[in-house]
Amino acid sequence: MVASTDPELNPQAFTSALLASAGNDSCELLQMLHALQLQFNHIPQASISQLSEALSLSETYIRSVIGFYTFLHETPRGEYDILFSDSITDHMLGSRLLLSDLCDKLGVERGVPRKDGRVTVDTTSCTGLCDQGPAILVNGRVLTRLDAHKIQNIALLIENCTPLDEWPSDFFRIENNIRQSNLLLSHNQCNGEAVQKCIDNGADKLLEEIDDSGLRGRGGAGFKTALKWKFCKEAHNGGTNDRVVVCNADEGEPGTFKDRVLLDSQADNVFEGMTLCAGIIGARQGFLYLRGEYLYLKPQLEAVLAKRRDKGLLGKNILGKHGFDFDIEIHMGAGAYICGEESSLIESLEGKRGVPRKRPPFPVTHGYLQKPTVVNNVETYLAAACIAASGSEWFRSVGTEESSGTKLLSICGDCEHPGIYEVPFGTSIQQILDACGASDVQAVQVAGAAGMTIPPEEFERSIAFEDVPTAGSFMVFNNERNLLDMVQNFAHFFVHESCGFCTPCRVGGALMKDLVDKLTDGKAGRYDTDEMRNIGLLMKSTSHCGLGTTAPNCVLDMLDKFPYIVEEKLAHHASYEPAFDLDEALQEARDISHRNDSRAHIRTDT
Amino acid sequence: MKDSDTFTLDGKTIPFQPGDTIMDAAMRAGEYIPHLCHNPEFAPHGSCRVCVVEVNGRQVSSCTQPASNDLEVKNNSEELVQMRRSILQMLFVEGNHVCPGCEKSGACQLQAVAYYTGMLSPHFTHFFPRRPLDASHPDTVIDFDRCILCELCVRASRDVDGKNVFALDDRGIKTHLVINSPSGKLGDSEFAVTDKAAHVCPVGAILPKHQGYEKPIGERLYDKQPISVVGDVAANEDKE
Repeated sequence: MVASTDPELNPQAFTSALLASAGNDSCELLQMLHALQLQFNHIPQASISQLSEALSLSETYIRSVIGFYTFLHETPRGEYDILFSDSITDHMLGSRLLLSDLCDKLGVERGVPRKDGRVTVDTTSCTGLCDQGPAILVNGRVLTRLDAHKIQNIALLIENCTPLDEWPSDFFRIENNIRQSNLLLSHNQCNGEAVQKCIDNGADKLLEEIDDSGLRGRGGAGFKTALKWKFCKEAHNGGTNDRVVVCNADEGEPGTFKDRVLLDSQADNVFEGMTLCAGIIGARQGFLYLRGEYLYLKPQLEAVLAKRRDKGLLGKNILGKHGFDFDIEIHMGAGAYICGEESSLIESLEGKRGVPRKRPPFPVTHGYLQKPTVVNNVETYLAAACIAASGSEWFRSVGTEESSGTKLLSICGDCEHPGIYEVPFGTSIQQILDACGASDVQAVQVAGAAGMTIPPEEFERSIAFEDVPTAGSFMVFNNERNLLDMVQNFAHFFVHESCGFCTPCRVGGALMKDLVDKLTDGKAGRYDTDEMRNIGLLMKSTSHCGLGTTAPNCVLDMLDKFPYIVEEKLAHHASYEPAFDLDEALQEARDISHRNDSRAHIRTDT
Repeated sequence: MKDSDTFTLDGKTIPFQPGDTIMDAAMRAGEYIPHLCHNPEFAPHGSCRVCVVEVNGRQVSSCTQPASNDLEVKNNSEELVQMRRSILQMLFVEGNHVCPGCEKSGACQLQAVAYYTGMLSPHFTHFFPRRPLDASHPDTVIDFDRCILCELCVRASRDVDGKNVFALDDRGIKTHLVINSPSGKLGDSEFAVTDKAAHVCPVGAILPKHQGYEKPIGERLYDKQPISVVGDVAANEDKE
């Protein structure tokens, strides 16, 4: 067969076009791999060779990058590549039944492409649609509120080879579900007002304004924004004045979806905040690192950027100020939770495996390509723009002394009105539960899988950096739920998402997962729960980055705050149970000897 | 540089130079902090976490933590030794480390550090991964069972040999060493036994062929004195 010359169909021509538009820059490797995956359902071998040649990177290196990101594959996925969001709240909405239902209907095994290459059905970490789950991704497009009826339709559409564009449009409907607005969500569009103030009043004055507002990073850690910007502005790293502004839109924490809503409804103000930061620190280059799951937002975000360029709010001589040059490029993630960690994100921006860097040096002095770099959350840039426009007093009028302003929460799980709630810092968990219509609550998981499990006796605690900090995830579990399902889901999540760099997280996390599974199976003894605690504490104190130090939180919270979950599941007859089932281990021997009589079993009850 | 740049390590005063990590200064002062992925010839890596120390109440990896004045560093507290032991046990169960059947036994850094920290058993449940051996190269054999993912061969091949023969693929517990060649085999790669990468493996994963037990058990690197006295495998390369 003659190879097609149509670049859409021919990997070689497609790769050449990618390389040409990337100027053979190895920082664009991940972006090119992502584009290839979308085009050909995998990264063709020919393209790997071509990239290797053009970028002077070994093929093994390119494969190691592909191997790191779950959305990239060396072998073809199905023409319809279906990924079920695997967050605990999707499970609670019945996602696992729907998954096996779809697998049955299509005659496909989970994770394995069907023989005719038509379809793959698999799971992926939380897709950020927990308020309208169960959700799936099909070739990067999002489908929400799945039910048995939709699954039946999807199976038919796939069997009939119906192109995605011809699927019922309501399948793809995504709601913002904004339930409660406050400072940020009710702020008007800045339209350059914040940037103009930076020009008129000077960078130092604006930095002071941000400082006075008390704004702290909304990604969860709560570092003072003005201080971060000041460090970056003052960094003298080899005399370079090349600084970089990065917006972290890799919203991967299970149960978080507020950045998705902000990028849909407030993108202009988010970009305004980034431009303001650039004006203050003196940056020329900006990136929005968008998680792969939010690919569908990219075209509209590109449109907002184009509009801002037309208005002179991006590009050369912004708002007519000579030498104020700044532009923003969107980079896609490809399925790696760890890339939400700022130094991993920077590695990923450089086209590499997203392994966290060692610190120091910190990104503010040595970030993207070793240039001083500010990395902030979507919500932080939005808040900064609004503060510049409306003043620090306006911002400080809400919140607490240590945590000024508001926090956007993404609420999901067992409540009547899941969605986005912008609440003043200092709001109690009980108030939030009342607002979202949650009753008979057993626990709230705040700040995602890496966060804290809050029992009812702590519902008077409040959302604030000084009490219960969060990047926004707020999952509600009522008394009908078995919290161990949540702990198990998180333990598996962290094993899947660990980058594998350091021993405690890589191995400890996997050991922890096995112990949680053992407990779930009712086979764990006291010895195992002690082991969980020991491994958890080791991970917390010796891991390389925040993923490893927070991964055991849910297990430790369960042991400390929800002992009844553990008690119910302990194998009471023994303090120690082996990690394997002796009778099960003999199955192979029974198969070989064609025996299944009682004397071929250890137990007498089978 | 001031004369007064010092910190304390278990109460002892350790001088340091600008740019030193805690590990650099301790090594120069002849103080031993157990480690595996660190080799002073290469940039600090910080992945194995065996060199964990306590600085002002926080646990950090001493190979990556910059030294600074008046730090109080704990190295040999019972708590830290227990942490190291657990990390080593994790490395032991992650791979397939069968010391009695390993040519490197007695001259292996993983084994020596395990002895040093008083590790008596692997403790955790074994993963028993299946990792096929690669004996395709005429001079060198790779036993992936023993790889501890320290990336010293990756770094040596990239930074010293300029060949990029090795890389880590996949992620998490599935992370594994791969070889850059059309077949993925060492024999098809540019690797040569004279490469730096052939001489940095702290364990028995990358071994020379055509020799076995030339030095008998009992006379090996760590048979008579502990690693805290003898030093790293790589530092003793010429003596072996």
